[in-house]
Amino acid sequence: MALTTVTSSSRGAVEGSVARALRGSRTDVKGRLFELALVACLLGSLLVLGVLLTSVVTDGLPVYSERGWEFLDGGLSASADRAGISQGIVGSFWIAVSVVVLAIPIGIGAAVYLEEYAPRNRLTTFIELNIRNLAGVPSVVYGLLGLAIFVEALGGFTSHDDANRRTLAAAGVTLAVLVMPIIVITTAEALRAVPQALREGAYGVGATRWEVIRTQVLPYAAPGILTGALLSIARAVGEAAPLIVVGAVTGFFSQGAGLNVANVTDPGHLTERFVALPTIVTNWAAEPEAQFKEANASATIIGMLVFVLLVNSLAIVLRNRFEKKRSS
Amino acid sequence: MAATVVPPPQVDLSGDPRRHRRERAMGIVFTVAALVSVLISALILVSLFAKGLQFFTEVEWGRVFANDAWNPRQERFSLSTIVVGSLIVTGVAMVVAAPLGLGAAVYLSEYAGPRLRSLLKPILEVLAGIPSVVLGVFALNWIAPEVVGTLFGEREGRTGSMLAAGIGVGILTIPLMASVSEDAMRAVPASLRHASAGLGARKLSTTLRVVVPAAVSGIVAAFILSASRAIGETMVVFIAGGAADSAAFSSNPLEGSLTMTAAMASLATGTEGVRGADLAVPSLYFVGIVLFLLTLGLNMIANRFVRRVRQAY
Repeated sequence: MALTTVTSSSRGAVEGSVARALRGSRTDVKGRLFELALVACLLGSLLVLGVLLTSVVTDGLPVYSERGWEFLDGGLSASADRAGISQGIVGSFWIAVSVVVLAIPIGIGAAVYLEEYAPRNRLTTFIELNIRNLAGVPSVVYGLLGLAIFVEALGGFTSHDDANRRTLAAAGVTLAVLVMPIIVITTAEALRAVPQALREGAYGVGATRWEVIRTQVLPYAAPGILTGALLSIARAVGEAAPLIVVGAVTGFFSQGAGLNVANVTDPGHLTERFVALPTIVTNWAAEPEAQFKEANASATIIGMLVFVLLVNSLAIVLRNRFEKKRSS
Repeated sequence: MAATVVPPPQVDLSGDPRRHRRERAMGIVFTVAALVSVLISALILVSLFAKGLQFFTEVEWGRVFANDAWNPRQERFSLSTIVVGSLIVTGVAMVVAAPLGLGAAVYLSEYAGPRLRSLLKPILEVLAGIPSVVLGVFALNWIAPEVVGTLFGEREGRTGSMLAAGIGVGILTIPLMASVSEDAMRAVPASLRHASAGLGARKLSTTLRVVVPAAVSGIVAAFILSASRAIGETMVVFIAGGAADSAAFSSNPLEGSLTMTAAMASLATGTEGVRGADLAVPSLYFVGIVLFLLTLGLNMIANRFVRRVRQAY
């Protein structure tokens, strides 16, 4: 029989020709071109990231190789060779702290209410819509909120000097308010992913609602919540617009420069005037001198990016790891 | 025989009162946390309108609708100057972000294998995490001379322009555009793709005629959200927009100008110095109101589109 004479080695060739006959003779030129265009879009976006990082590193790295610790340790100065970013590190540190202390607990609490407690009624729908809209409000508008409320109306509480109410505390609260909606949204998502069976099992053995949340829901959702929290810290540390509106210092100011644990973590900074890493970048980028505009600004960006990208990648890795584990 | 009814033993089933108290307390704590978000919205509205009110009552509206310049310290409040600035920057940004973001999204959702996807997606997310001041400095130090300067010629003394800032904002919005439209395309059920392939359609036809139309409301939402993000973006324009604290009306992207956001930032930079000029600070809140209402409107429209995707499948 003809068919049985086909040897195994030639079977592949026959199958190939059948496949070709079924597919039609033309190669799909349009399809190939389309795919190439898509790859180009993606690679274009990644290329931009590469160029950006290269340009920042080539501009900024010499500052570190020449001045090293002195650049991190020094204070703001009119002379580009002496200017350092220690005051910015202090400002950014306390902004991160206020996000951790204020925004994360309140944000998680709001999400727990919406997902675990809230009855399905109009008020709940309104709060959810409200939070989604808050997440879309431009950051500079939060700056106006900070200026009107935390500086002008409540500034007396955070400042010992009534002439100057533009304190680091006001800035920290403003940024905590800014990132809170993000924390609510990511936490709510993590809570929604908790299997209903876990809750029912816990209720079944007599746990109260809070006990169910504390012992089952929150531990299961913890990786997702942590991811959102990390992203929000990175966002707050990189944010400049609200700080400028709230009143970050644009020139220089005297404040114990010098970096050591005792100096950075001194809560006394909260009642003082402030700068943060992104506002230093903004001010230096506006200087005409290339040493400020390119070298020093880029060096500050390197310091900020190391922190922001580290926190972000940690969040992404954390999320991907748990997604994989749960889906398998 | 009279049955003796044994009364049931009095067992207290209500449990430890301390547990009840803790239960109630935690419920209150979470409710208060949720109400904080409502409080924040209320405070935003109160601060914007209370502080902006003075502008509404005292300004000469002819100055607001004039097409001359934005320079609040000299009582020039031409709204069209900064609105046009915002439109130009947003337009340029969308020209950059929409094709790149959408193309990347189609590739990630339809073409890339799971392995390639798990490699490329995090890189795009890294791009999403880059602070906007970084893009601002990049737009000023690299895009302005290398891209805008090369294409349109260097000009004496030019450091930034609306075009350079717009490209920077566009790069910043690529990840948002990509991730929202990718979500929309991945939400299209596989059965639609299989049906299309079963009818003999090629990948190209399946993608363009089946998947993209099915995901179109999500893609529209991605576009609107990106535009809203671009309008609200401050730092890139403030750093690379090529105008310091005032701007003459200009519709030429190669010139420097202010957007609504950059106008606010530059006005706030010197708030101590502007106490003399009466309406400068209220004008800051006035621009804030315009910006707030504009982005709120765009976001609500986008949310409606996103919900439509969810309802369809």
